[in-house]
Amino acid sequence: MERKDTPTAMKKLMIGNEAVARGLYEGGCRFISSYPGTPSTEITEFAAKNDAITCEWAPNEKVACEAAFGASLAGVRSACAMKHVGLNVAADPLFTLSYTGVNAGMVICVADDPAMHSSQNEQDSRHYAIAAKVPMLEPADSAEALAFAKCAYQLSEEFDTVVLLRTCTRIAHSQSIVEEGEPLPLPTLPYEKNAAKYVMMPGNAKRRHPVVEERTEKLTAFAETTDLNREELTEGAAIGIICSGTAYQYVKEAAGDTVSVLKLGLVNPLPVERIKAFAKKVDRLIVCEELDPVIETHCRNIGLAVEGKSLFSMIGEFSQNTVAKALGLPVKEGYTLDEALPVRPPVMCAGCPHRGMYYTLAKNKITVIGDIGCYTLGATPPLSSVDTTLCMGASVSGIHGFNRASANRAAGKTVAVIGDSTFMHSGMTGLVNIAYNASNSTVIILDNSITGMTGHQQNPTTGYNIKGDPAAKVDLETLCRALGIDRVRVVDPYDLAACDKALKEELAYEGPSVIISRRPCVLLKSVKTKPALVIDADKCRGCKMCMKLGCPAISMKNGKARIDATLCVGCDVCEQLCHFDAIGKAQ
Amino acid sequence: MKTTNIMIVGVGGQGSLLASKLLGRLLVDEGYDVKVSEVHGMSQRGGSVVTYVRFGDTVTSPIIDEGEADFIVSFEKLEAARYAAYLAKDGKVIVNTQEIDPMPVITGAVSYPTDILEAFAAKGAVIDSFDALAVATEAGSSRAVNIALMGRLAGYLPIPYEKWLTAIQNTVAPKFVAVNEKAFSLGYHA
Repeated sequence: MERKDTPTAMKKLMIGNEAVARGLYEGGCRFISSYPGTPSTEITEFAAKNDAITCEWAPNEKVACEAAFGASLAGVRSACAMKHVGLNVAADPLFTLSYTGVNAGMVICVADDPAMHSSQNEQDSRHYAIAAKVPMLEPADSAEALAFAKCAYQLSEEFDTVVLLRTCTRIAHSQSIVEEGEPLPLPTLPYEKNAAKYVMMPGNAKRRHPVVEERTEKLTAFAETTDLNREELTEGAAIGIICSGTAYQYVKEAAGDTVSVLKLGLVNPLPVERIKAFAKKVDRLIVCEELDPVIETHCRNIGLAVEGKSLFSMIGEFSQNTVAKALGLPVKEGYTLDEALPVRPPVMCAGCPHRGMYYTLAKNKITVIGDIGCYTLGATPPLSSVDTTLCMGASVSGIHGFNRASANRAAGKTVAVIGDSTFMHSGMTGLVNIAYNASNSTVIILDNSITGMTGHQQNPTTGYNIKGDPAAKVDLETLCRALGIDRVRVVDPYDLAACDKALKEELAYEGPSVIISRRPCVLLKSVKTKPALVIDADKCRGCKMCMKLGCPAISMKNGKARIDATLCVGCDVCEQLCHFDAIGKAQ
Repeated sequence: MKTTNIMIVGVGGQGSLLASKLLGRLLVDEGYDVKVSEVHGMSQRGGSVVTYVRFGDTVTSPIIDEGEADFIVSFEKLEAARYAAYLAKDGKVIVNTQEIDPMPVITGAVSYPTDILEAFAAKGAVIDSFDALAVATEAGSSRAVNIALMGRLAGYLPIPYEKWLTAIQNTVAPKFVAVNEKAFSLGYHA
């Protein structure tokens, strides 16, 4: 293989999220407020490494979006980043932000997760752009992620609107080559009181709605000519494919030199004449888009004969082979093994502080109304403890309805579990409801003192901000009492007897109660772990009691339990379960 | 030049992200167009993980599809077999012979397959297996399995040995450079 001689000094390999962070900076962004969510989290983390930008973690996406709006109003270009389901939480400000428009530019970065690598649903955030009537950009690699994030501020200020920047997992977490550019000049847009624009009560909002409709017309005209959308024609090609984002890369890989392509970078609003003109140049018009038929529906609405979801699924991610198969092109084959392989699902880590509490819940056959986080893994075998998981905060709200609807018959056998960060995000209002409506419900806050699943982000209960500097620390016990819960107790989840006692006592109590199951995430660098435990093979009877914990460090070999010393952190939970004193410290 | 496809597969937490970071940086410095795609989040918690690394003149798709992988570098034996469908007919598998039981094996629902690499090889695949955990431990840290495997991969790629060492110095924390250089060397010569 020959090497190219291109100079590479300016080139950097960046994940899409880092490129977005760089693009926001170059676009003049000086304030970012976000809530972590895979695959969007690193946008804010990378931006926080740039001292020019004030970056913050907010308790949830609605707060983040509203904080970013405040900064825009004050004349500072701002952004917030969230995963697709986070935009549900921020939808309330979004829809009326469409009416107020902005002062300085504002960008909402939203990351979809087709194939649900780390999400509870596969929703398509393009529907929000259409419903809220705001423009949406969609990059196809890291270089475009940077360019589009920067461009978003120009659009935001030119068209007086918040701009959505949509990515998906394969853009957000794929690295490709980026060249950094020069930052745009910063705006001087002092705040000026303008109630007709910024106070959205009915009289004013009625006058703003026509402005929104006019803006969509102007943006549609812009879509007809902007370089954000481009044709890549192949001479003599019978097939024309309209695509955007990662689907564009799959189309180019599978059929780039045999089809013509209309690549859309501005995915809302969509052009009309430009698509019609492209359709005239080909015999067969196809839309290749992951998730919902948004572009396809637009093509039908403007009277075009088009194929889309008749060829491509609405489910999951695509690939080059997806495109090749749809077009009837040959695909390569690999190897097929005859043996069925054991699956390898994600598991709670060895020493995870959630395990002791989940074991206690499983042992007592408790119905568990669950929530979103690492601890959702408590639903998997062998603990199989969690009964339902819906969305952020739904455990605390849901248990009240569950218990109330069963006339409290279920009380005594039901708990809600929620993490510390999720409780800050949207668990508090549910707890107020429990107190206010005198619910006979027990809520367990699984406090591992960090936002775990997304990779260790600080939150208002940890006492540190995004930079790792000391910050105001919410005291969960005081907070729960202030919300109206009189019975609040703390338990160490590594102490199985204490967990069992706390659970039984709180379930027996008639009225609302909170158990805070507190121990920091074992993966935190600040946590000192203990030496690995060992099994005394002479004492082990192979009863598999320790296997009930589902600890990845413990397995059975030749009828005896075995502890993997590279994984075990000496949490001692299995030692408490062993009836034969076979587990202990290495001599 | 044709795009070269390398899949790095293993168990979440084994250090595949560092391996792909090293490889990506090295390939960019060598002047190639490069794309690296991986998934963060839930699968990092002990699940099966996969990273796609592609390089050449121009790389379009960020992912590698079935039948396209020129190399599968597997951090664990069972995981090498899991991605068999992705291996090109003339591709090679570089595999750490370490076994890590997945949860269905731990719970006793199924057993860890025996002779799985032999079955893979019997289908005609070229398999280069070695005990990377032993190599890493010999180098001074069981965490250096990732770099030991990169050392083995280096023998198949057209990039000078010393360029890899420079990339290691630029990627890992200073206090771990010596251990990782040794793991790389032992993996390369193993």
